[in-house]
Amino acid sequence: MKTIENPYIPYPATVKETWYETGGERCIKTFKVVFDDEKVREKWSHLPGQCAMIGVLGVGESMISISCSPTEGDFLRFSVMRMGKVTQALHQLEPGDKMMVRGPYGNNFPVDEWQGKKILTIGGGIGQAPLRPIVEYVKANMDKYEGLTMIYGARTSNDLCFKGEFDEMSRTNDLACHLTIDVEEEGWEHNVGFVPQMLLDLNPSPENTIAITCGPPIMIRFVLENLKKLGFGDEQIYTTLENRMKCGVGKCGRCNAGNMYVCKDGPVFNYAVLKEIPEAFA
Amino acid sequence: MSAMLLNKEKWPEFVGKLAGKNILAPQADGDAMRFAAVDEGDAPVLDYNNTRVPPKGALFPQTETMLKFQAKGEQVEEPLPDRETVVLGLRPCDARAMTIVEKLFKWDIDDPYFVRRRELTTLVGLACSEPGMNCFCPSVGGGPASTEGLDLLLTDLGDSYLVEAVTEKGKTLLSETRDLMEEAGEDALKEKEKLVAEAEQKIKRSVDTEGVPEGLPGLWEDPLWQKVAASCLGCGTCTYLCPTCHCFDIQDELEGFDGRRMRTWDSCMFDEYTMHTSGHNPRPTRRERTRNRISHKYSYYVDKFDVIACVGCGRCSNLCPVNIDIIETIRQVKEAL
Ligand SMILES: Cc1cc2nc3c(=O)[nH]c(=O)nc-3n(C[C@H](O)[C@H](O)[C@H](O)COP(=O)(O)OP(=O)(O)OC[C@H]3O[C@@H](n4cnc5c(N)ncnc54)[C@H](O)[C@@H]3O)c2cc1C
Ligand code: SF4
Ligand code: SF4
Ligand code: FES
Repeated sequence: MKTIENPYIPYPATVKETWYETGGERCIKTFKVVFDDEKVREKWSHLPGQCAMIGVLGVGESMISISCSPTEGDFLRFSVMRMGKVTQALHQLEPGDKMMVRGPYGNNFPVDEWQGKKILTIGGGIGQAPLRPIVEYVKANMDKYEGLTMIYGARTSNDLCFKGEFDEMSRTNDLACHLTIDVEEEGWEHNVGFVPQMLLDLNPSPENTIAITCGPPIMIRFVLENLKKLGFGDEQIYTTLENRMKCGVGKCGRCNAGNMYVCKDGPVFNYAVLKEIPEAFA
Repeated sequence: MSAMLLNKEKWPEFVGKLAGKNILAPQADGDAMRFAAVDEGDAPVLDYNNTRVPPKGALFPQTETMLKFQAKGEQVEEPLPDRETVVLGLRPCDARAMTIVEKLFKWDIDDPYFVRRRELTTLVGLACSEPGMNCFCPSVGGGPASTEGLDLLLTDLGDSYLVEAVTEKGKTLLSETRDLMEEAGEDALKEKEKLVAEAEQKIKRSVDTEGVPEGLPGLWEDPLWQKVAASCLGCGTCTYLCPTCHCFDIQDELEGFDGRRMRTWDSCMFDEYTMHTSGHNPRPTRRERTRNRISHKYSYYVDKFDVIACVGCGRCSNLCPVNIDIIETIRQVKEAL
């Protein structure tokens, strides 16, 4: 019986490609997937910043950022860090296997509102996953934006995601791609130091600029401080929250930060709104 | 056909008319009462104070199968509820609570399970004549004979029930059973009014919520949360047994090849509730969890849905093993404002 559309139903998608972004115990694996059902494919539309519930039947689901821009094609990409039960099961999936997907969930970065502005993304670790779609979206619509600067860092070069793509990016004229790692490494040609410090060193002008930051809470805290030092207004700053989630549709109650349900009112927040939510940085 | 009288001798026949439907009514469970399915031919006794477990499970079961599938499969089946249900003798506060959680379950995207159960369910309430020691429904917008959420309201007049239809569903049920009843006269209605007024008089406790929804966020770092939560055991009783608590967990289960995805009541008073896999917990102690529980009910819900998510049933105060009392907590909140 299918009388009403059921938001809890996941749809099968076939894994087309997978690769590891990083190694180690908490390795990150990227999946490129395509919905099996053409109707689902046609109905699906997402924007940078949105997420999906992905999983394996019999194991469960996890909320994961959609790490590709709709401008890239008719597929979805997820970059998943191996953490617990569900993410371990996801890591077992190889090309040809099925992944169950429902969504898209949450609000999005207001990329269209940002037209005519300079875009500055500041990411750390897996936090680059929700930022990558912005970078791709802006790249695909470069004539509509004033410019794009990307700062991205991780503990070591092995912890950086999407490495293969940076090379190409750093060669584009409109786009400045700045990489950094926490400690010196042999053969590393880019910056060494923490992301917030690199932001200060680059000293970007706040003029007509939108700054978006995602990463570990501690990094976000210092990035926000430094953006203020550089003269960025609260309204010019965006970030995302990551709270534990189950339903993704504002019912299970789990994801609230103050009076906001992160799964519906977020995960994207303007800092002017966010700083009024007492629980946001807990 | 506004108000009717049902002689209690006809009560079993009234229940008999509902045959074929799933009938839920209060039944003894050890030393407490709880809502359970009535066996064919039985007529439940409505003479009780209130159940320990609220009847919210009629619309939001404690455990509910959301999807069925085969192990390693990729096709899911949605076992949407399809059985007509009648809840007999629920209290006005518990019916009001259902309208409050309904706002959330219908917010933006319909929750198909809840919405379907709500459509299939008729709520037959019983006005309160003997409120419990911690009842405070009038302070939060209810009352011993509130009809909000009910389809039909019964009032115990001694030998008979006064039966009043509230909704179309209630009218339908009334028309199906009216041959068992007689038209209620003026005196019956007067008698009801008197009983309700007496019941209101018997409610001893109250909260003053003025300024609380707007004020709560400002009390974020107030020492009151530490004080209130100091003795909390984190057992979750106050939330499990609260008729307006609606949080759930989703889990998968496999039995051989048969798999199901189900949801179960959950509690924001549990440590696990917000804990990330990394071990980071945005609400690390009972202080933050208590603050969230009270703020959710008395402030966040008001922001989102314009109603306090507490109906004053008193269960959390009655049943907390360490006597943490929501009325006292709100009093402290008021004082701190
Ligand atoms: C909006 C959002 C976007 C996210 N994007 C990504 C992403 O792009 N890549 C990625 O690797 N991870 C992402 N996460 C985190 C990811 O959801 C968790 O790491 C994952 O759910 C852990 O599940 P598990 O079953 O492996 O761990 P277990 O510990 O076995 O899971 C238990 C449950 O805890 C919850 N949970 C645990 N940790 C987290 C957490 N940090 N955030 C949210 N829920 C959690 C989940 O509900 C999970 O079902 C995101 C989380 C949110 C809320
Ligand atoms: S918070 Fe307590 S008094 Fe209020 S509805 Fe819930 S259980 Fe009843
Ligand atoms: S019932 Fe009492 S002890 Fe248990 S979680 Fe609630 S407040 Fe704490
Ligand atoms: S994840 Fe369920 S309410 Fe947000």
